[in-house]
Amino acid sequence: MSVNIPVKPNSVRAPDTQRVDLLLIAEMVVPGSRVLDVGCGDGTLLRILAEKQAVDGRGIELSHAGVSSCVAQGLAVIQGNADTDLAYYPDLAFDYAILSQTIQATHNPRLVLEQLLRIGKRAVVSFPNFGHWRVRTQLMFGGHMPRTDNLPESWHDTPNIHFCTIKDFLALCDDLGARVERAVALNAYGTKLVSMPLFAQNLFGEQAVFLLSR
Amino acid sequence: MNENPAAESFAEKAKRLAQGANPQSEIVHFPADEPLPLDSGGSLAPLSIAYQTYGTLNADKSNLLLVCHALTGDQHAANLNPLTGKPGWWDTMIGPGKPIDTDRYFVLCPNVIGGCMGSTGPSSINPATSNAYGPDFPVITVRDMVRAQARLLDHLGIDQILSVIGGSMGGMQVLEWAATYKDRVFSAVPIACAARHSSQNIAFHEVGRQAVMADPDWREGRYLDEGKSPRKGLAVARMAAHITYLSDATLHDKFGCKLQDREKVTFGFDADFQVESYLRHQGKAFVDRFDANSYLYITRAMDYFDIAADHDGVLAKAFAGTKTRFCVVSFTSDWLFPTEESREVVHALNAVAAKVSFVEVQSNKGHDAFLLHEPELFDTIRGFLSAAARERGVVFADGGA
Repeated sequence: MSVNIPVKPNSVRAPDTQRVDLLLIAEMVVPGSRVLDVGCGDGTLLRILAEKQAVDGRGIELSHAGVSSCVAQGLAVIQGNADTDLAYYPDLAFDYAILSQTIQATHNPRLVLEQLLRIGKRAVVSFPNFGHWRVRTQLMFGGHMPRTDNLPESWHDTPNIHFCTIKDFLALCDDLGARVERAVALNAYGTKLVSMPLFAQNLFGEQAVFLLSR
Repeated sequence: MNENPAAESFAEKAKRLAQGANPQSEIVHFPADEPLPLDSGGSLAPLSIAYQTYGTLNADKSNLLLVCHALTGDQHAANLNPLTGKPGWWDTMIGPGKPIDTDRYFVLCPNVIGGCMGSTGPSSINPATSNAYGPDFPVITVRDMVRAQARLLDHLGIDQILSVIGGSMGGMQVLEWAATYKDRVFSAVPIACAARHSSQNIAFHEVGRQAVMADPDWREGRYLDEGKSPRKGLAVARMAAHITYLSDATLHDKFGCKLQDREKVTFGFDADFQVESYLRHQGKAFVDRFDANSYLYITRAMDYFDIAADHDGVLAKAFAGTKTRFCVVSFTSDWLFPTEESREVVHALNAVAAKVSFVEVQSNKGHDAFLLHEPELFDTIRGFLSAAARERGVVFADGGA
């Protein structure tokens, strides 16, 4: 990537792990397609998608700093809220509606996912897996809300209000009748956990990336 | 005022008025047999449009930025204003190396029709009477203003606009351009505006108009013929309007409740408070540079602005099929054109899957923030224009792309 923009300190994306998860998302997107990145932060993924896959990309971002940074780079990003602003897009307006590391920060993840599946022919969702063993051990033996390199904020100042595990997310997909076309769990080093049973992926996967369709 | 208007020929008088209002602008005159059709059903002829340009048009005419001015603005966006001697209203934004970079772009800023700085308006000569139009000037709309600008571009032989940019009423013109001339507008930057004028804003305008009309020197709009000017009425209109351009925070920061050149209140109606003195000054300075009837006609044009109404009441329809890239900007403390109204435009653009950026700039400066040095606004416009130029494949004079 030719452009290097420092990740803003409050970003839910940690700088190191984000690359792998973003590259994995970029891999799932067919070149030249129309993409909406919901919660696009400082535009890193949109830039990767533009450079690697020549997509026609749009973004929605809540933070002033993120939007300003995106627009100043020439990205088509609107200041908006995943919970409220997706309703204004027409059905199937995009080939892909992407929610990268954002679903856990929405007020109504179920509704947001429904909207993604409505406005995108496919939805791509990535999130930090709260079923990871480090998270489980901190709660089990530390007796406090987990804080990891990937999720550094304290419980009282985190934007992440709806954590889920890989298992939880699969249940929601099932509930919404979403078809899982691909599901990839990544460990702390960004390595894909292949040929592992679900319980193991849910234990060792720090990130998960899902490609969904209706 | 000429003692004997009849002694002066129409052409002489028109020339004198145009030059008096506008010593430094280019003016294009369209003859009487090329009338400009108006939304009201009437037409305007002959038609003059005064404009300023900055920078150089490139070989394939692809670097034109059209800058649209606000209600009381004029074409002097980035040069010394010949009437006030002050820098142009967007001097901070337009210039070499500035966000609207005149080293790269060719910037054109026309005076709107209905205005009083050289474009045809109520103070221009009515060919039917050889006197100023006054109240006989036809009521114009924002779309009429834009139609006149399109005619100016045709005259200059420029078909495509790289970006049309403006704040407040200038932003309304931007939206109108994008809705009416989809094929000519590559990108659009509507700032601090709305797709229609709100009831609250119409109400403020009506207060201003009534203040002008209540001035006995308004003379039913024929004050120019009688050598008068409704200065007091227009000043009051400006004072009331000026408050709407600011924010409570700005007023407080600027004035608090501080007294003007005195230790204590006078128990009278002098300008005891600094804010009163400031507003009186604003009113007075305004009447020296603006025509009262122009104020009436242009505020009316804004009141009538409602893009959705022209498209079956559905704003999105106005932009259906648009290829234009949009960058919508609002300001957090703008209560005249609140962010919510910009968001409505964004939602309509989303509904037609337009390529749109939207930034709500954090500022406590109120509506006037668009005229001030707001770094977030500057970065946004600079970045958006650079990207638009890149996507359009503009080759700049210095060879850079």
